[in-house]
Amino acid sequence: MTQPQTRPTAVAAPAPKPASAPRAVMTGAFLEVRNLSVKFPTDDGVVSAVNGMDFTLERGQTLGIVGESGSGKSVTSQALMGLLKGTSAQVTGEALFQGKDLVTLPEAGMRQLRGRNIGMIFQDPLSALHPFYTVGHQIAEAYLVHNKATKKQARAAAVDMLGRVGIPSPDMRFDEYPHHFSGGMRQRAMIAMALICEPELLIADEPTTALDVTVQAQILDLMSELQQETNSALILITHDLGVVAEVCDDVLVMYGGQCVESGPVDEIFYNTRHPYTLGLLNSMPTLTTGSGKLNPIPGQPPSLLALPQGCIFSARCEYAALAGDGVCESQRPQFTSEDGHGTRCHLSGPQILSIRNSR
Amino acid sequence: MEQQPILQVENLQKHFPIKTGLFAPGGKRTVKAVDGVSFSLERGTTLGLVGESGCGKSTTGRMIARLMDPTGGRIVVDGVDISQLGGRDLYHFRRKVQMIFQDPFASLNPRQSIGTAISAPMVAQRITPQGGLKNRVKELLEQVGLKAEHYNRFPHEFSGGQRQRVGIARAISLNPSVIVCDEPVSALDVSVQAQVVNLLQEIQQDTGVSYIFIAHDLSVVRHISDQVAVMYLGKMVEQGSRDELFDNPRHPYTRALLSAVPLPDPRQARAQEKIRLRGDLPSPANPPSGCVFRTRCPLFTTLGEEQKQRCVGEVPVQAAAGSPACHHSTLAGALAAGVQ
Repeated sequence: MTQPQTRPTAVAAPAPKPASAPRAVMTGAFLEVRNLSVKFPTDDGVVSAVNGMDFTLERGQTLGIVGESGSGKSVTSQALMGLLKGTSAQVTGEALFQGKDLVTLPEAGMRQLRGRNIGMIFQDPLSALHPFYTVGHQIAEAYLVHNKATKKQARAAAVDMLGRVGIPSPDMRFDEYPHHFSGGMRQRAMIAMALICEPELLIADEPTTALDVTVQAQILDLMSELQQETNSALILITHDLGVVAEVCDDVLVMYGGQCVESGPVDEIFYNTRHPYTLGLLNSMPTLTTGSGKLNPIPGQPPSLLALPQGCIFSARCEYAALAGDGVCESQRPQFTSEDGHGTRCHLSGPQILSIRNSR
Repeated sequence: MEQQPILQVENLQKHFPIKTGLFAPGGKRTVKAVDGVSFSLERGTTLGLVGESGCGKSTTGRMIARLMDPTGGRIVVDGVDISQLGGRDLYHFRRKVQMIFQDPFASLNPRQSIGTAISAPMVAQRITPQGGLKNRVKELLEQVGLKAEHYNRFPHEFSGGQRQRVGIARAISLNPSVIVCDEPVSALDVSVQAQVVNLLQEIQQDTGVSYIFIAHDLSVVRHISDQVAVMYLGKMVEQGSRDELFDNPRHPYTRALLSAVPLPDPRQARAQEKIRLRGDLPSPANPPSGCVFRTRCPLFTTLGEEQKQRCVGEVPVQAAAGSPACHHSTLAGALAAGVQ
């Protein structure tokens, strides 16, 4: 997938950072993922969690990765962060971050990048924060690892960051433990921890799923603000199409470990090209619809142990017969892209258009 | 002929004592998890109960199913106050109100086959259906979209959506008049969520059962409910018919809640009225005086000194069943216009 050319590619002015090592000279995209695959050998067979992901991301952009549970969206982010190293996972393909391949980079090099260049926000802040250490200690730790600073300086930086993410009286809160914080405040603390070194790339894995809508709105606003401030790139992993519509520039829809559709957010919502994305959009109740019947996608997601030979979505696709010759069952469709909007489907453009109009 | 509502809740309360130590001074303190909630549920309809976590919506649901004992107030099911029932009376009451839980992974015993799980309520109530227990369970399995041959399978062989169907089959096995659904679709993916929501609506059409639908997802609530009640910090802030409440919310909290829902439509999302609440829910152990919402209320900051005093000093009550529990709700509309 390539991003549309109309989009501003803000790579010219990297954010000023204190005491950091010289960065690699950039040639290609800021982040370029090519044919990324992750397989987990298990007793029952090989689980193909991610099957050939391709995408690029530039600074200042927000990419939303949407999919249901088991679609491989979290595993993709773990592979990018190098969190699958040392496990049984087999990661193949390339993930070039400012020219460095995150897939083959040894752990020592990865540690240099993690926290400083790539930050991560996890879904559940209670299990991501250590209950035995104060919140401030955990935030300052990230700063101390990557900067030549005294504990006092680290504390000042952490307090400043806590204030920026909207925690009241940050100097007092610094010495409190995670259990003193409410769910929304813990998530803010997680964001502070991820952003303390002002990383250029932030990966947020379901950052607001555990939160109430009112707090979710605050956190999403905060993430967008901080992103604009530091001109970083953001990968937002979520299953909530509402969140995607609110904050993302580009969207990548995953199903069965593959990208089935990707493109600018308006294209995905108003010019949908894949039956799965259509199904997702149609199955959601909205605040404006009446109370008629919902249109669920029939069936269940495929088993990652034995992916079908043909299109991964074919078993649940209502339109598989339209393509003719049983091609959907026998042949995996190629990912084809046009004007930055790509899809992985055997159906032709006009066929999709008539389906979209009929609903 | 006017039918009485299947369920009436009047001034329901649940206060939990906080243990402050045997010799702690200051006497007993309590957390008022639910504090004077009233509503009624008509036969064959659905009442959506919404609010943030900690607002007392689940506690309310659990008291209606008598999984918790209320500290005060009345719960009238089919003309009988069940809030103080015990012993045999409580045992017989259990047939009338059943529950569907949020987590389909935690609410099924992993060592119990699906058949055993679904027949458990009938066994407990010593009911022998016509044609035998096993046949009835198989009927129920088919009614919820599973297969009769699933009878001997175990929960781990099912996906989340299928497990929730098992939970539904179990809840409808006694033909209850009311089912309390506590976040029944929150743990499910969107495509599966729609299947379960449709199933719940089909069952309602077939059996005439009434639902209390507890959820934090307002889009689902709008879809399934006839009436909607909004709770905040143990109190009811606003209730009304679905369209009235969603199209014309009058309490500032309801407005803020609705505007915080991310819309799955980029153009609408950009144009949406955005009211942002500051901070988190106050601790229910130490709620603000007067109006509990005033600490986060966007309207409160715009008020004059005298009007503020009223919010601080006086607890707002719902003047009528449909009106918002707010002293200055008439000003809320003007505020919203200003925000836009």
